[in-house]
Amino acid sequence: MKDEVTREERVTKLKGLGCSRKRVEDARFTQGKGNYVDDINLPGMLTGDFVRSPCAHARVKSINTDAAMALEGVVAVLTAKDLEPLGLHWMPTLAGDKQMVLADGKVLFQGQEVAFVVATDRYIASDAVELVEVEYEELPVIVDPFKSMQSDVVLREDLDPKAPGAHGPRKHHNHIFTWEVGDEAGTNAVIDDADIVAEESMYYHRTHPCPLEPCGSVASMDKVNGKLTLWGTFQAPHVVRTVASLLSGIEEHNIRVVSPDIGGGFGNKVGVYPGYVCSIVASIVTGVPVKWVEDRMENLMSTAFARDYWMKGKISATKEGKITGLHCHVTADHGAFDACADPTKFPAGFMNICTGSYDIPIAYLGVDGVYTNKAPGGVSYRCSFRVTEAVYFIERMIEVLAIEMNMDAAELRRINFIKKEQFPYHSALGWEYDSGDYHTAWDKALKAVDYDGLRKKQAERVEAFKRGETRSIMGIGLSFFTEIVGAGPVKNCDILGMGMFDSCEIRIHPTGSAVARLGTISQGQGHATTFAQILASEIGISADSITIEEGDTDTAPYGLGTYGSRSTPVAGAAAAMVGRKIRAKAQMIAAYLLEVHDDDVEFDVDRFVVKGAPERFKTMGEIAYAAYNQAIPGLEPGLEAVSYYDPPNMTYPFGAYVCVMDIDVDTGVPTINRFYALDDCGTRINPMVIEGQIHGGLTEALAVALGQEIAYDDMGNCKTGTLMDFFLPTAWEVPNYETDFTVTPSPHHPIGAKGVGESPHVGGVPCFSNAVQDAFRPFGNRHTNMPHDHWRIWKAANDLGMHD
Amino acid sequence: MTKQIVTMTVNGEKKEVLAEPRELLIYVLREKMGMTGPHVGCETSHCGACTVEIDGKSVKSCTMFAAQAQGAEIKTIEGLGSPENLHVLQESFKEHHGLQCGYCTPGMITRAHRLLIENPNPTEEDVRFGIAGNICRCTGYQNIVKSILSAAAELNAAKEAAQ
Ligand code: FES
Ligand code: FES
Repeated sequence: MKDEVTREERVTKLKGLGCSRKRVEDARFTQGKGNYVDDINLPGMLTGDFVRSPCAHARVKSINTDAAMALEGVVAVLTAKDLEPLGLHWMPTLAGDKQMVLADGKVLFQGQEVAFVVATDRYIASDAVELVEVEYEELPVIVDPFKSMQSDVVLREDLDPKAPGAHGPRKHHNHIFTWEVGDEAGTNAVIDDADIVAEESMYYHRTHPCPLEPCGSVASMDKVNGKLTLWGTFQAPHVVRTVASLLSGIEEHNIRVVSPDIGGGFGNKVGVYPGYVCSIVASIVTGVPVKWVEDRMENLMSTAFARDYWMKGKISATKEGKITGLHCHVTADHGAFDACADPTKFPAGFMNICTGSYDIPIAYLGVDGVYTNKAPGGVSYRCSFRVTEAVYFIERMIEVLAIEMNMDAAELRRINFIKKEQFPYHSALGWEYDSGDYHTAWDKALKAVDYDGLRKKQAERVEAFKRGETRSIMGIGLSFFTEIVGAGPVKNCDILGMGMFDSCEIRIHPTGSAVARLGTISQGQGHATTFAQILASEIGISADSITIEEGDTDTAPYGLGTYGSRSTPVAGAAAAMVGRKIRAKAQMIAAYLLEVHDDDVEFDVDRFVVKGAPERFKTMGEIAYAAYNQAIPGLEPGLEAVSYYDPPNMTYPFGAYVCVMDIDVDTGVPTINRFYALDDCGTRINPMVIEGQIHGGLTEALAVALGQEIAYDDMGNCKTGTLMDFFLPTAWEVPNYETDFTVTPSPHHPIGAKGVGESPHVGGVPCFSNAVQDAFRPFGNRHTNMPHDHWRIWKAANDLGMHD
Repeated sequence: MTKQIVTMTVNGEKKEVLAEPRELLIYVLREKMGMTGPHVGCETSHCGACTVEIDGKSVKSCTMFAAQAQGAEIKTIEGLGSPENLHVLQESFKEHHGLQCGYCTPGMITRAHRLLIENPNPTEEDVRFGIAGNICRCTGYQNIVKSILSAAAELNAAKEAAQ
């Protein structure tokens, strides 16, 4: 047979690894045919709605549901009393704590779920919520974690104050855990003896992932078959199934959890919320499907927040600027319940990556988790388990040290970077960085923006300002970050005891197309497009002929889901491995068909060829057909495989960002003139999708650095419960970003990919913040806290006497 | 509450629905007419996920009662193109990666559609200002802006070719 098509054309046709394949998801989304939770409409479906607490801390004296129940169309009103016999009035959190599903005797934060109304439509449910009478006796409110640790007021009366928590001993009745990593005595000794020491305290404010689609679920208990189906906004559907089974006592095979299309997650949809539990119970009680979808206010006030870290740092260096030690202490405000979504052994996530991209010989990290009267959470908002906090901390400490030493912050970074030849690098706080080439990335970035030229311009601007010729100052924000993603090795990463592997299974059809299913779930990342690319290159079937399915626990293999940039490092690896299993069998089939020994054929793009005789080959299509239709001695029919991938290590993407900003000192308005982002995420699967992720992550970073905040008053009232008060940038505030890259593959990932979704957020926040702070550096600024909204920027200028 | 019949034309089809005076247009479209393209992101007129076109204007359909749409001509994302014949904007969003999770997309494209009717030759600034009522949490807007500008160019080229 003569092959008319060139090898290059065959590669192109695969649409495999490395090409900017257009997304297959977009056809339905652009036509309004996505299928999100709120689009599900089942016959006889009821609507659930919450009665929520207006108080941040109060005893619930009584709940009277009579008037609500009397309203036509109301089917049920559930309170903790109704859930108690089922053991469902409390539920476990992902952090080993427990959380009230419905108020059990008291409420601990404003917006807490008190009762669940079930009615025939959303309007009647809302009316009934108003009719439920709750009598509260207010208790003293604590919104400050430092005060909480001093206070006699016991927030969590359900906990034995003397008993240890999930992460060891507790120092106080409002204390959750102490977590320590590194050598404190050694670090202190180094710092005490050092030539130079810089100290700083910084507050990484509370914020919220706020995906455009709020959280929700639809539960349908089929009493005839004893099967529960639960659709919901779940970033980890398999974990939800296991938790639902453990909580309800329904056997796991009788629960089907489905994550349909998800309208953004960013960490907000990892946890289990009372609404999910209540919709399940309500469906079991009423025997019909029950939908619960929160509104935006409920989303911002009650579902998982992010950050809220009070960080204190000390960094020491030699006179030449070589860092010798780092000490960090964090007071972590977790709100009313510890509902972080971190691997069990890491109560402060991967905060111990806080030595950053620098070769720091000795370090210590201590974290104290504290309860307050604020919403529970502490999720990773577009980051891998507190990495955003860690990178912000070290990138600010570097800037502060540069100020202390009167040194250029770019140069200070350069002399402290871990060198290329030091990888795999063992950090002082216990990580093994897989690969990196920081100097190359940094030099490329600084050259791209003409760093020296920028500094010259900035100096000229300072002079012009001092001469009174302008009221605008210029900031150059730098950041260099190392992410730690792809959780993670089962030996040290689990959530609620479930090991954090992931999975892929594939079935090749006789005519050479395929369906593959994974344990992850896309929330906009484009898995249906990119996973097919990995498989296409591994198996030699065009990505267009491979359907990707995720999110249905009845069909997909078990996996821990999508968050912490783990899809590519873990499930993506499983996809590559499953492809290799298929290829191994295909090789035997090809050899049989070509009547040669297995070792005499080799894989080439989309076929197996006889070594040294490329005109003799079998395409993957031919091989698939034979797999089903030809009796091959010693081989089972069929062509399918499954792979569960337990990663040997995390992956460590990195990047170098530069932001150039003007600030009007009289209005406090920042203008971003340039943003350059260099990302190294190892092997690049789809450059178009990577760039999209970077634009999005940087925009969420801009939001957090420049204004987005969940704020409370002293009474525990959430002041930022609507999009009027909670800053989401629009097209008007957002710049165009310049993206760039280097490629340093991960040595342990089957295709060398590292993951990218969260890098731009992790690196972006310090970059925007450093730009603001750098603008004020020539005028005496050392550190000011985020978010740098117009008022705070104006105030920074005012505090430095720039309005005099 | 007493329901009343509301009559409107949705994507060229005459529709009659029974709705209470307090029912928001977005819910009537989504839950009574099966138009689940427009989404709900806030119910407070901030996010634009619910954007539809009413009598030639972009409207956030969480901001008006269905009863106020009596007699109105409504266009939703479902009425913009067909699977065989996508609207230029739909093609362009696919081509330039103008969407990720897709939740903002129907509102965004519907808004862009009206914008390009009102201003067929927008600058980048015009586009950014023109879609500032529509929030996207995923894309950072860069590719959305690119998609809209490219669609504008294509529509103009087609117009020129037709003349
Ligand atoms: S839902 Fe209408 S503007 Fe947000
Ligand atoms: S694509 Fe997700 S909100 Fe725009």
